[in-house]
Amino acid sequence: MAELAAVVGVGQTKYQTKRSDVSIAGLVREAAVNALKDAELTWDDIDAVIVGKAPDMFEGIIMPEAYLTDALGCNGKPMLRVHTAGSVGGSTAIVAASYVQSGMFKRILTVAFEKQSESNAMWALSNPQPFSPHLNAGAGGYFAPIIREYMRRSNAPYNAGIRVATKDRLHGALNPLAHLKLGEITEEQVEHSGMLWDPIRMLESCPSSDGACAMIIANEELAEQSPKKPAWIRGTAMRSEPTMFAEREEVNPLAGRQCAADVYQQAGITNPRKEIDCAEIYVPFSWYEPMWLENLGFAEEGEGWKLTMDNVTSLIDGGDTPWNPSGGVLSSNPIGASGMIRFAEAAQQVRGECGDHQVPGAKTAMGHAYGGGAQFYAMWIVSSDKS
Amino acid sequence: MPQNEPEVLSQAFTLGYTYTRSTGPVVGQFLTGLRDRKLIGNKASDGKVYVPPMEYDPKTAEAITDFVDVAETGVVKTWSWVNEPNEKHLLRKPFAFAMIQLDGTDVPMLHMVDAGSQDAMSTGMKVQVRWADETQGLITDIACFEPVTEDSKVAEKPAASDLEPITGVESPVYLEYNFTAGKATATFLSNIKKGKLTGGKCSECSAVYVPPRGSCPACGVANDENVELSNKATVQSFTIISIPIPGNPIKPPFVVANLMVDGAHQSFLHIVSGCENSDVRIGMRVEAVWKPEEEWTHAMESIAYFQPIDEPDIPREEIGRLTPKGEKNDA
Repeated sequence: MAELAAVVGVGQTKYQTKRSDVSIAGLVREAAVNALKDAELTWDDIDAVIVGKAPDMFEGIIMPEAYLTDALGCNGKPMLRVHTAGSVGGSTAIVAASYVQSGMFKRILTVAFEKQSESNAMWALSNPQPFSPHLNAGAGGYFAPIIREYMRRSNAPYNAGIRVATKDRLHGALNPLAHLKLGEITEEQVEHSGMLWDPIRMLESCPSSDGACAMIIANEELAEQSPKKPAWIRGTAMRSEPTMFAEREEVNPLAGRQCAADVYQQAGITNPRKEIDCAEIYVPFSWYEPMWLENLGFAEEGEGWKLTMDNVTSLIDGGDTPWNPSGGVLSSNPIGASGMIRFAEAAQQVRGECGDHQVPGAKTAMGHAYGGGAQFYAMWIVSSDKS
Repeated sequence: MPQNEPEVLSQAFTLGYTYTRSTGPVVGQFLTGLRDRKLIGNKASDGKVYVPPMEYDPKTAEAITDFVDVAETGVVKTWSWVNEPNEKHLLRKPFAFAMIQLDGTDVPMLHMVDAGSQDAMSTGMKVQVRWADETQGLITDIACFEPVTEDSKVAEKPAASDLEPITGVESPVYLEYNFTAGKATATFLSNIKKGKLTGGKCSECSAVYVPPRGSCPACGVANDENVELSNKATVQSFTIISIPIPGNPIKPPFVVANLMVDGAHQSFLHIVSGCENSDVRIGMRVEAVWKPEEEWTHAMESIAYFQPIDEPDIPREEIGRLTPKGEKNDA
C-alpha cells in the first residue's frame, strides 16, 4: 500500500426496532453528520462517498445510493455502492480505505445502513424460489444445522451459546447506542427463551434494527492534522467462496481462515489472542462466537468454546480478549450497517472513544464481518500506533 | 442413462412485499398537504422552489426547512405520449407522461396529463391538477393533470382535515417474473415427475450434485453427465423449526434436514418426518416417501418427506465424502 490510512471520524445512529421519525435519507444523514462532527469536518472536506447496504429486497428500493446523493452531500463527487450481503458494512469500509491507501482520494466518507422496519428482513432473506420447495426459514434456519454440527464435533457444553448471548447483551447495556438493553439478563432467561430454529433459541439470535454507521477515512497527512486520535488501519482483507460445493467446510470455512491469515500478516500479528486487545466480530447467532474464535485463530480447532466458558471474551468479567464490547450484532442488527459497526467500534476502541464499554488500554483491535451463507468475509486490524 | 434433451420448464413467479416506509418530516409534510388537496414545496439555498420538496439542498447538502405553498397550475416542459396504456398505468386511456413546472416553482415534476389526444398536447401548454375523488396522502391524490381551458376553475377546497400528519406510507413492490429453468434443472425436474432422483456429475472432480447445477461450483466446468440415484439418504445435519413458513402449510415444529442422498456429495433441504422430531440425529439413515404417482409434478414436493429406515447410522466424517479418508480437502 502506497499510503497509510486512518479512521478520523465515526458517527452512528441509535439502533432501534423502528425509526419512524426519519426517511432512509434522514437515517444515513444522521450517521454521516455525526461522523463529520466527530472529525470536525464539513461536507466540503470530503472527496468521495462510498455507501454500503445489504440486499435491495430489504427496503424495496433499487439502487438506493442514487437517491442518497443529496443527503450525503456528494453532488459533484464520486459515489460508489458496495454490496456483499451481511458482510457489506465491512467490505464497504475496506473499499473506502483502499481508495485512500491507493492515493486516489485523500478523505472519504463511508456509510452503511439498513432500515429493516420497512420490510420483513427475515423473509426477504429467504423468499420462495421458482421450482423449489420453500423450506428456508431465514438466516437462523440456514445456520442452525451448521451450529448443530459444531456442537457435535467440538463436544461443547450446551450452554456455550447461552453464555455468549448473555455476555453480549450485558455488553450492549453499556453502550448507549445499542438496540437491546438487557442489563438484567440471566443465562436462565436465555435458556428458556424458546427454540426458534433448534438449536438456536430466540435470545441467542440477533434483533432486527434500523440504523446507520459512518466513518471518515483519511490519508496520513490529513489524519495527523485530525483533532482527535486517529485509528490507523494496519491491515484489510476480503475473501469469498461459493455457498455450496462438495466437501465445503461449513463450520470452519476456508475463506474465513485465509482472510484472517492475510489480515494478520499485513498487521504483523502472529498470535491474535495475545496481540489483539479486543475484537468486534460478526456474531448474529451466539454459537458463532466459539466458531469464529477457532476460524480466526484465537483458539485451536474444537476449543473456541473454552475461551467463551472461561469468560476470556467478556469485558465485564475482565477477560483478556473482550469480543463485542459494544454488544455486537446480538444487541444491534441493522444488517447492512452491522459489519461497518464492527469496524467502527474497533476503531473507537483504539481511539479510546468507547465510554462505558471501553476496553482499558486497547491499542490493537479487530473488526470482522461475514455474509451470505458464511461465504463473504471482510476484516481489518486498527491500531492506535501508526506502525 | 440416456441424455435426452429436456423439456422447457417455465414458471410464473412473483417476488415482493408491501413495504412500510417512514416518510421523514419533509416528504410527510408534502403528503399531508396532498391529503388536504394542497401542494407544498420548499425553497433551496439558491432560492429555487421544488415540488415535491427536497429533503436536502442539492448544492449545500443542508436540510431545507423553508416550505411554501404552490399553485395547482403549471406548464408542460416536455412530454411523451402513451398510446396504449398497460395494466400498470394509472390512466386506462391514452395519456401523456409530462414534466410539469408548477407556477411559482423552478423545477418540473413528473406526472400524467389527460389531454384526450396527442394533438391536444404541446410543450408550453397550461395544465392544472385534477384531484382524486378521495385523497389519502399519496402522490396519486393528484389523479393527473388536465389542460386549462377558458371555463376551467379551481375547485373549492375542503377545510384542512384534523387527521394526524402523515409519517408513513405503504409501498407495495411486487415483481413478476417468468422463470425458465435451465437444462440441468429441467432434466432433474422431468425425472422427479417420473419418480426418479437424479444428479449431475462433474467430469473433473467426480462430485455429484443433487439438484444438479449445470456446472461444478468447485471446478467451474460444465457438468453434462446425469446419474440416477437411490431414494436413500443420510442426515448430514438438521434444524427443528418452530415458526411457520409463509405460504407453506406445514405446521411447526417440523424438521428440515440437510440430506445427502447416497452417491451424492452435496446435501439439499427436505422435511424429515415419520418419527419423533427428537429422534432425528446427524448420521441417521432415511428414505424418500413419494406422494402417490398421480401427484408427481415438476417439483421436489413430489417427495412428501423423508422417513427413517432401519439401517445403522453413518459416521459424520463419511457422509458425502469425495476425497479418500485421511486426505485434507483444503490443503
